[in-house]
Amino acid sequence: MKLSINGASHEVNLPEEMPILWTLRDVLGMTGTKFGCGKALCGACTVMLDGQPIRSCSTPISAAKDKQIVTIEAVSEDKIGRAIQQAWVELGVPQCGYCQSGQVVSATALLQNNSNPSDDDIDNAMSGNICRCGTYNRIRDAIKLAATKSGGAQ
Amino acid sequence: MNKPLKNESLQTEITNISRRNLLKGFALTGFVLAVGMPFAGFAEDEETPKYGRDAMPNGWVDNPLVFVAIAEDGTVTIVCHRAEMGQGVRTSLPMVVADELEADWDRVKVIQAPGDEERYGNQDTDGSRSVRHFFMPMRNVGAAARMMLEAAAAAHWGVGVDEVFAENHQIKHQSSGKTIGYGELAKAAAALDVPEREKLQLKPADKFRYIGKQSTKLIDGEDIVTGKAIYGIDVQVDGMVHAVIARPPVYGGKVKSFDDSETMKVPGVIKVVTLEGSPPPAVFNPLGGIAVIAANTWAAMQGREKLKIEWEHGENASYNTDEYRQQMLKSASSSGGKVLRSSGDVSKALETADKTFKADYYIPHLSQAPMEPPVATARIQNGKCEVWAPTQAPQASKDTVAKWLDISSDDVTVHVTLLGGGFGRKSKPDYLVEAALLSKAMDGRAVQVTWSREDDLHNGYLHTVSIEHLEAAVNADGKTTGWLHRTVAPSISSTFDASSVHQMPIELGMGVMNIPFAIDNIQLENPAAKAHTRIGWFRSVANIPRAFAIQSFIAEMADELGQDHKAFLLDLIGPARKIDPVELKDEWNYGESPEEYPLDTGRLRRVVEAVCEKANWGRDLPAGRGLGLATHYSFVTYTAAIVEVEVSEDGDLTIPRIDIAVDCGPQVNPERIRSQMEGACIMGISLAMVGEISFKDGAVQQDNFDSYQVSRMNESPREVHVHLLPAEDFNTPLGGVGEPGLPPIAPALCNAIFAATGKRIRDLPIRYQLES
Ligand code: FES
Ligand code: FES
Repeated sequence: MKLSINGASHEVNLPEEMPILWTLRDVLGMTGTKFGCGKALCGACTVMLDGQPIRSCSTPISAAKDKQIVTIEAVSEDKIGRAIQQAWVELGVPQCGYCQSGQVVSATALLQNNSNPSDDDIDNAMSGNICRCGTYNRIRDAIKLAATKSGGAQ
Repeated sequence: MNKPLKNESLQTEITNISRRNLLKGFALTGFVLAVGMPFAGFAEDEETPKYGRDAMPNGWVDNPLVFVAIAEDGTVTIVCHRAEMGQGVRTSLPMVVADELEADWDRVKVIQAPGDEERYGNQDTDGSRSVRHFFMPMRNVGAAARMMLEAAAAAHWGVGVDEVFAENHQIKHQSSGKTIGYGELAKAAAALDVPEREKLQLKPADKFRYIGKQSTKLIDGEDIVTGKAIYGIDVQVDGMVHAVIARPPVYGGKVKSFDDSETMKVPGVIKVVTLEGSPPPAVFNPLGGIAVIAANTWAAMQGREKLKIEWEHGENASYNTDEYRQQMLKSASSSGGKVLRSSGDVSKALETADKTFKADYYIPHLSQAPMEPPVATARIQNGKCEVWAPTQAPQASKDTVAKWLDISSDDVTVHVTLLGGGFGRKSKPDYLVEAALLSKAMDGRAVQVTWSREDDLHNGYLHTVSIEHLEAAVNADGKTTGWLHRTVAPSISSTFDASSVHQMPIELGMGVMNIPFAIDNIQLENPAAKAHTRIGWFRSVANIPRAFAIQSFIAEMADELGQDHKAFLLDLIGPARKIDPVELKDEWNYGESPEEYPLDTGRLRRVVEAVCEKANWGRDLPAGRGLGLATHYSFVTYTAAIVEVEVSEDGDLTIPRIDIAVDCGPQVNPERIRSQMEGACIMGISLAMVGEISFKDGAVQQDNFDSYQVSRMNESPREVHVHLLPAEDFNTPLGGVGEPGLPPIAPALCNAIFAATGKRIRDLPIRYQLES
């Protein structure tokens, strides 16, 4: 079947129930998307499917038919995505960094849909993404910073 | 004694990495650097007791030829020999080198050293000691390289070396104002002798460019946020296949029989391999089991699900943590355990007291659960094994893999990737050995072993399970006259010696022996406790239960006596004084010299005072709100925390704010110290609220993040304020940073809950205990 990932088309010959995560990582060699739990519990594997954040560990490739997958590798091509990444670097959000691909994708999706999120909006959008290193406070600050810089929050 | 070292140049090493081109961002070209014979920094006199970095296996190295390379284009490459797991060491240590070298941080590259302690000095990234032990050696490295560049420039211009100086990536000639860049000088500089250590001119602190400043950007920040950073799980080697392993659910168990016929039908499955286990003690050995090797990780997981395995569980199949807890409570309730220290007469103090106190505090097993589970990739070619892995212990990894493959350690290369978290789990190289054994079973083909989250929780090296039993005597004047502490917990030593039932000095030196209190009658005991699972390190280790018990107990006493907690705590700590750890019979002292690192109650008082001031201790709060205070000394650093909670009528808890004050001596990278403290606050809340691994019939009952919970954003403190207390100067001893933030959080939280609700928590996790 055909998969559209970051604007490019990939022909894969795989079982339809194969999760997007392992297709990206082990078949296509795109390792930016991480494995943390495999059960849609941690958010490390978050990618966008037609603009919505999804857990790629628990989403089969069949669900991506005729849809656009965007992974961390292409987030910087989006204006809001780049603003999120820059805010992350500016505030020194990452510790080990392993969860941050998923955090950045979730945060980008949040700001794309809501240019001026409240604390509760941030909690709702981000609480599916575990950070074992405990970078939550900086993530919150960085989302607000990116919102300000993208012209959302005042 | 100078150890002879392999005469292998950094250049060769870098070229090799570059040619293999496996770890993307690590590829480098165009180096100019001489071959050097590194000199290691060991005390000459074997008789003198060694402390700190001198006492670590393979000590330390401060040769610039080992750690620095300068390319002709001026790029400065600095080797980081300690593992990066989120503490920021790949920024902090190279930053120290860059500062002394007067290098421009924007033109610095950092490469990761493979496991090779003879070359780099100790690489065990644990115990909160990377910066503590390597600040000075890395200053030496930078200063020596700078002086070599200065000498090369002076020779180039034919002027005296005292007429030139280094500034921001170039050497300047004082009188003429001429400049020459580092790149141009690199070749000539590398040919010069390395200055002797005694002749090194270190920068005065007021000339520091990066050290102690807030602004140095994370070296891996951009790679991390763009998904380019390479962790262990991201390693890709030509022809690599993927494996998962079904391991014995019970410690010491093994495979009785198995049927893989359904597994072999799963598309993508290549091979099923039986791995021999090893009986306890676990040490760093793999657990054995049945491995499924496949074209991708998912196929391997599907294949594993189809295995039919009959296990022989062995003697730990009766391990139930509920029963074990009762057993520990029983041991804690009477004397007769090993006596660790006895001063004065505690029994008499308790008998004659005006008031006595007694309480037991329980903390269950915990799993480190780093976001990147254990994972390793190995390949064997021509009798040599290469492993790529996120490991905190590169040298132990190398030696353990060599032992299991029955080859020389020299024939094993361990490439250290970024770690997606470690917290002590990745100090144990069992997963690297698995990868090596599977590569061997595949005739040397590259195999990547991935642990699922379930594997990580079921088969870890867990934080111990513990009862801390405390008793205290208080006389009519309100003075504490007696202190009895019985600590009951399976020891980490059981992982290395199955018969061990008592705790070792390292564990006892984490808040049992080294209590800072001015009390006349003290008795410390350690009843026996047998381990039934692999016990390992968890960030801040045995300090977690000790701080929880002692700091909760003191708050309970203060409340019962009608005293302000802060005043009572300071009174118990007593006047500012420096206590000799030897007098406390603390044989550990975090490996540091008792003279250089006494237990300084003045510094402990200072963090308590500071956090109380910053959090406005004693302020009025509305009903349902409370402040809780706790302090703790660990990893030769002093911390105190105040947690503010709000508890609703039906028991919902929120945490508006945490303040934490830290005195860790000189602050090399304050920005990363802050982030470590912030993270420790979150992890402390997490373990106190929801952290628990329990056992039934020998097996772990939690499977994934649904049953082994860790705090999420909406459950975390809304604000964390870190207060770094300044040190006198950069010549005072450094303290640890990665771990000391964690211990005071759980007791401060429980003290806050008591202040808000009147409910005292003595058993962690808190979970549903607040529901009425
Ligand atoms: S790996 Fe997909 S949510 Fe955890
Ligand atoms: S930064 Fe380490 S898990 Fe989030």
